[in-house]
Amino acid sequence: MGVELTTTRLENAAEWAKQSKLARIPEWGRKFSLFSYPFVTACCGMEFMSVAAPKYDIARFGAEFPRFSPRQSDLLMIVGTITEKQGPALKRVFDQMAEPKWVLAFGVCASTGGFYQNYHAMPGADQVIPVDVYVPGCPPRPEQVLDALILLMERIQDGRGHSQLRTKREGLIREQADEPGPR
Amino acid sequence: MSQKVLDALTAALPHAVDRTESSHGDEVAWIKRESLVQVATYLRDDPAMLFCSPVFCTCIDRLDWHPVKVNSMDPPPPKAWTEDQPRFEVCYQLRSIKHRTRIRLKIAVPEHDPRCPSLSELWAAFNWQERETFDMYGIRFDGHPDLRRIYLYEEFVGYPLRKDYPKEKRQPLVRRDDLPINPLKRDGSEGL
Ligand code: SF4
Repeated sequence: MGVELTTTRLENAAEWAKQSKLARIPEWGRKFSLFSYPFVTACCGMEFMSVAAPKYDIARFGAEFPRFSPRQSDLLMIVGTITEKQGPALKRVFDQMAEPKWVLAFGVCASTGGFYQNYHAMPGADQVIPVDVYVPGCPPRPEQVLDALILLMERIQDGRGHSQLRTKREGLIREQADEPGPR
Repeated sequence: MSQKVLDALTAALPHAVDRTESSHGDEVAWIKRESLVQVATYLRDDPAMLFCSPVFCTCIDRLDWHPVKVNSMDPPPPKAWTEDQPRFEVCYQLRSIKHRTRIRLKIAVPEHDPRCPSLSELWAAFNWQERETFDMYGIRFDGHPDLRRIYLYEEFVGYPLRKDYPKEKRQPLVRRDDLPINPLKRDGSEGL
């Protein structure tokens, strides 16, 4: 919307906006106001508290506001072990989030299953939903999490998040089929 | 410690007790499967016993393994599981708060007939513990009011804490469609 307003006076405004930095403004806004949904299942939750608490203070990066409904959030933080029994719940939580959305796997359990190689633990949350950033560590240091958050912010700025790429891909497919719809 | 409990139990119900032993300060009584409820009722209600507190119920799978030697100077322990001995041991640990004694009841359960009488009528707290034992080892508790899986999901096939369950066999409920190998798609039923 803001993009269109500032470019109405130009000919072929949409083309221009696609090429310019103005098109990046929504991404720039998104990366500094991530609303996170902490899906906390295990001991990594302690470290998540440390990340969120004033000493390390994830608020410095604009992601301080945990929402307790996935419908209001755009960053899903998977904090802890995911079991096979939890798989459907995790997928449902992810599906409830509005686009665009990003996923951060916090700790080795959420990334690969960690040291649980057995009947009950899922070998990484990416078996069920696409994950953007993996944070190793059992549990990871808060600095690592903040590092991952900065990495994710770069991804968001470049439009390389999974859901952004998916939206782009679907837009291209629609463009080729010449169907109306959000681009 | 509570050797006198074992002695009193053996004296009161000699036909029900196979043998008794002590291990690591705990008294163990091997009970015949068919007289377990009788022994448990006696232990709970007799004024000299009064085992009012159910501590835990679990099972041991003796497939191919034996207790380790605690002290290397001791002679090796007798073989715990042989071909003619049953594979599973169901354990009930009881505690008497009044007399400050403990006792462990063990019931030998063969592999081809994994059944055991349920004690959930006597101590309600054993209800969920027996469900867990059923969930993990597949022991059927006769007389249990609601014998269902407690931790795992209904779709799970097999009993994961049995020693012959494949160590890394997973039985996923959902998988991403775009994974290169989607076990749910590949063969419909088998997991990784
Ligand atoms: S990665 Fe380590 S700390 Fe985190 S949930 Fe797994 S076991 Fe717990």
